[in-house]
Amino acid sequence: MLSRLSSRSRSDKPPPTGSLGPNDSKGVILYLEDITVSFDGFRALNALTLYIDVGELRCIIGPNGAGKTTMMDVITGKTRPDKGSAWFGQNIDLLSYTEPEIAQSGIGRKFQKPTVFENLNVFENLELAMAGPKTVWKWLRARISPAQRERIDSVLETVGLVERRFARAGALSHGQKQWLEIGMLLMQEPQLLLVDEPVAGMTPQEVERTAELLVSLAGRHSVIVVEHDMAFVRSIARKVTVLHEGSVLAEGPIDAVQANPKVIEVYLGE
Amino acid sequence: MVKPAYLEALRTDRGGRIFLGMLVAAALIVPALNLLPGENSALHLSSYTMTLLAKYMTYAMLAIAVDLIWGYCGILSLGHGAFFALGGYAMGMYLMRQIGTRGVYGNPVLPDFMVFLNWTELPWFWHGFNSFPFALLMMLLVPGLLALVFGFLAFRSRVSGVYLSIITQALTYALMLAFFRNDMGFGGNNGFTDFKDIVGFSLQSPYVRAALFLITVAALGASYIICRVVTASRAGRVIQAIRDSENRARFMGYKVESYKLWVFVLSALLAGVAGALYVPQIGIINPGEFSPSNSIEIVIWVAIGGRGTLYGAVIGAFLVNYAKTYFTAALPSMWLYALGALFVGVTLFLPQGVVGLLAMRRVGRSKEA
Repeated sequence: MLSRLSSRSRSDKPPPTGSLGPNDSKGVILYLEDITVSFDGFRALNALTLYIDVGELRCIIGPNGAGKTTMMDVITGKTRPDKGSAWFGQNIDLLSYTEPEIAQSGIGRKFQKPTVFENLNVFENLELAMAGPKTVWKWLRARISPAQRERIDSVLETVGLVERRFARAGALSHGQKQWLEIGMLLMQEPQLLLVDEPVAGMTPQEVERTAELLVSLAGRHSVIVVEHDMAFVRSIARKVTVLHEGSVLAEGPIDAVQANPKVIEVYLGE
Repeated sequence: MVKPAYLEALRTDRGGRIFLGMLVAAALIVPALNLLPGENSALHLSSYTMTLLAKYMTYAMLAIAVDLIWGYCGILSLGHGAFFALGGYAMGMYLMRQIGTRGVYGNPVLPDFMVFLNWTELPWFWHGFNSFPFALLMMLLVPGLLALVFGFLAFRSRVSGVYLSIITQALTYALMLAFFRNDMGFGGNNGFTDFKDIVGFSLQSPYVRAALFLITVAALGASYIICRVVTASRAGRVIQAIRDSENRARFMGYKVESYKLWVFVLSALLAGVAGALYVPQIGIINPGEFSPSNSIEIVIWVAIGGRGTLYGAVIGAFLVNYAKTYFTAALPSMWLYALGALFVGVTLFLPQGVVGLLAMRRVGRSKEA
């Protein structure tokens, strides 16, 4: 608890801004080392160590309670670990920043349940997600510039919602909401995208469309996808990490991982 | 050429334009009907009616303030009456100092209640209130600062939802208990009354009453426009985004706390001004204004009018208070039941309030056509 407080109050250092993004010159965008998180004695993460390369599309799988969501919480600043270090590039110590600061530095997070602003329209949802400083005073007088409009149009194109741009977000289908949310992440121009169970509850066509979308994003962004659906993982993943009881059980290409006896045991039971 | 923000914001706000038009009409007609025709003329509008309308308008300002934070930002404050009362008390302190030697005890400095308590000196916090500009400043500063400190602590600790509502309720209740105490120096349960002058003019004068009415109309119009500009701005969309999904806004890089704090303080300032306008026209302020039920009533006005529209809050404030004036005279014992029934009925059958009902009728008509 104390460590949590002290890290919160270290706000005298300048917050990371879009221009002061991560230094990824070593080819690695995210370093998680020896991260441990306990909730009332239960170890949600147990000395987790994980590296994500620049431009990589990584799938994280694992049974319920393996620590996938807690890991995302640590990366985005929602949960402070008891132990360990988390670096975004080589220069941004994630453990010393707040959630908005981390978001501003270039990490976007998509929640499991689609969370869009239901009472605003698709365009406005994307407008609010735009990268840049987000203080009250600037936003009171802000007007949309042609360049920003263009940017929104291109994201609408990417996520396939051009026709629905003036629809209320609450009126979109489940799949469209998920895409809108991914679009909102893209507006933030993040280097790293965290995507939590993107295809849960989607129709097969929507799943396929989502797979294409995520694959097209890799390269320009680093993407971490947490997913249960093995068929989906197989369709997009190059490299898979299996979490179990808060640490990495196996890591590698999908075929190797699926053939790993330890993984089979965890998934199919003893 | 860039159009001023308020014109831009009102362009798409049909309800707002109608409302502002009605305000202008009221400003032209009401004082004229009060001052020009003789007492016995059929066209004469009594001072009582004019004051009643002014009272409704200060309530409407208060309702707009609550709609701004509740309807647009999802902060359900059940203690907004406190900011209203604090603005009112600041005005009341000024008016008390203006009584001077005309009080019952004729003390040129101390208000009557202090003489009655055998005080010999003015408490430190009463200094400066003989100056109108100072009092004006306090009407804004006191509610604003309270909202700033309270909001800072509450939002920073991520207190929201029901918990926040309960704390705001406790805040106003605590203030009520404090103001009831005689030794606080705010007149105890009697509060302040028997005001004589405001900036050198007698409050009994019909012209002063008409002027106060006009100022109230202007303040209500200005509050509406300020809130409309804020809600139509990009910051206003952020506020609505926070209402819809606070976490999403936070992970997008918005400092949710600053936005909430900022809109909360603005709302408290509007409530304070409304209270300050209420006191000289009604002629009394006492700790009853802090009572938790008053604050709950404000929320009911907004819910009945239709939240998240601003003009809905105005409609609600007028409707409910008119009903209250009527019922408390005709069937005094029935009022609370009527209010309760109204609230339950609206919640069940009209989730969007009266405004929602009007919108539904319009949609219905355009479908038939």
